[in-house]
Amino acid sequence: MSVKQFRPAFDRGFHNLTFGLAMFVLVLLVAILAFLVVGSIPVLKNQGLGFFISAEWNPVTDVYGALPAIIQTLITAVIALLIGVPVSFGIAIFLTELAPAWIARPVGVAIEMLAAIPSIIYGMWGLFVFAPTFGTVIQRWVMANLAPLPVIGPLFASPPMGIGIFTASIILAIMIVPFITAMMRDVFTTVPAVLKESAYGLGCTRWEVVYRIVLPYCRAGTVGAVMLGLGRALGETMAVTFVIGNSHRLTASIMGPGATISSSIANEFVEADSKLHTSALVTLGLTLFVITFIVLAVARLFLLRLKKQAGH
Amino acid sequence: MSVQAPVKQTTERQVSTPYQRRMYMRRRIVSMFHMTMAHLVTLLGVAMLAWILWSLFGEGFSAISVKLFTEMTPPPGSDGGLLNAIVGSLMMVGIATILGIPVGLFVGTYLAEYGRYSKISSVVRFINDILLSAPSILIGLFVYELVVVPMGHFSGYAGAIALAVIALPVVVRTSEDMLLLVPDSLREAAAALGIPRWRIIMQVSYRAAGPGLMTGALLAVARISGETAPLLFTSLNNQFWSANLNKPMANLPVVIFNFAMSPYDDWRSLAWAGALLITLAVLGLTIAARTLLAAKSRMKG
Repeated sequence: MSVKQFRPAFDRGFHNLTFGLAMFVLVLLVAILAFLVVGSIPVLKNQGLGFFISAEWNPVTDVYGALPAIIQTLITAVIALLIGVPVSFGIAIFLTELAPAWIARPVGVAIEMLAAIPSIIYGMWGLFVFAPTFGTVIQRWVMANLAPLPVIGPLFASPPMGIGIFTASIILAIMIVPFITAMMRDVFTTVPAVLKESAYGLGCTRWEVVYRIVLPYCRAGTVGAVMLGLGRALGETMAVTFVIGNSHRLTASIMGPGATISSSIANEFVEADSKLHTSALVTLGLTLFVITFIVLAVARLFLLRLKKQAGH
Repeated sequence: MSVQAPVKQTTERQVSTPYQRRMYMRRRIVSMFHMTMAHLVTLLGVAMLAWILWSLFGEGFSAISVKLFTEMTPPPGSDGGLLNAIVGSLMMVGIATILGIPVGLFVGTYLAEYGRYSKISSVVRFINDILLSAPSILIGLFVYELVVVPMGHFSGYAGAIALAVIALPVVVRTSEDMLLLVPDSLREAAAALGIPRWRIIMQVSYRAAGPGLMTGALLAVARISGETAPLLFTSLNNQFWSANLNKPMANLPVVIFNFAMSPYDDWRSLAWAGALLITLAVLGLTIAARTLLAAKSRMKG
């Protein structure tokens, strides 16, 4: 007689319960996708794929084009990465290579605290504290010195209001730095000490050890960390909503106001009174989901490669 | 040049020609530059935290008073507090915790105790990671279509459900990680005594991973306490006292959003006070979670 027959029914039940709930996670994702797709149907039926390439967004005439929001979502996220990645890299180097433990610990905690601060706090701080400073100090300088330049000048032209695409990017950069830093730090500590020591033995400088030994060893993990940061920057809502200015227009200037996908949804969803307007916003959401999904999948691919490398 | 320490001599021999000496200097300068930059950006990061906390305290502290906790959110131009928003937030976060944490714990249990290396587990893990980093505003859209549209109105329930969906993947991730840290020898010892699997999980795994599981729960609560985007169109807001979960419900994040965006000074100062409250709560929870984890690892090591 096998032990199996004696196993109390509760044991089976518990196993099934946990399995069922694990399946619920799958159902949840499918449901989220399904609801977003269903919600998108009205506007896609009405405007077809033109929705994605049209630049006109006008709730009054019920015409919706997602292009400005999509492009400005990408632009803010990319600028945030351009600022945030070098900073995270520097902090991760400081924490793993330069600082003695008694400094590295509190600094590490402080950086992690930046990650715990809610998005809306960044938004408020950005709007009331950072944007005025940015507008009067940096934007004035940019207006005077960069905007008159040929070719790249239009990129920087805007009134110095302080709010706009670039301000949003900086706030996003501050928000993603702790995430990227934490992951980079974790990856950097996996480099075997003997590798670095032998490089130092050959007479490498600190930077050469970091750039030629640590970085190549951690390439997969670093790219994974950056992609996860990008994923966060793409979907961030409240902080951006406060400072981006909410204007559905395609402009050449990165200093002027704009709107991202998530800020459009946050700003307009409750006020959307036509069915088509709601649907357009849901479709924007679906687009955002697809973009972040791709970014996350790529990030995971790189991190998976890292795991394999670490395993064997 | 003739009297030198032996160590210096070796360096001297390696860097012999002027060209090599120049190269060496250049490499050292490049290195020094990058290391200085690393120090500077670290300083910048810490300064940002200090700046944000400084403004929060500077603007929010003066607005904190007894009224904040005893009066409702006011119409513009009159006095008031944040009582209804604080209570609404507590209720929704509470319900989301009750819904999300057990479910997350059980999913984590499945992944760590039963599924482990199976195909289906890695799929669940992947999906969970996607949910974990999906933009929270999309969860708001989802719950809007799922709950708000069928019910016909915004409600505290919808807000709580949205928060629960956000808490869930956080708990799954941490509880799986923490349960995997429990050594299998413990489980085997219990199994050898003839204890059924569910009791091994409850009494051995859960107990051994206790502080870690608690940490995960605290982090999840910290995460959802400050969430704003998914509440914007699920619970919406309510100017009045609202303990009815079936009605639109006031909550701190949305009140902060509305008040901060308003042109009224007294609303803005209330928004700062609310922002300070939320930040203190979230940082407090995060620090508690960290301390718990640190205490656990000290116990082990």
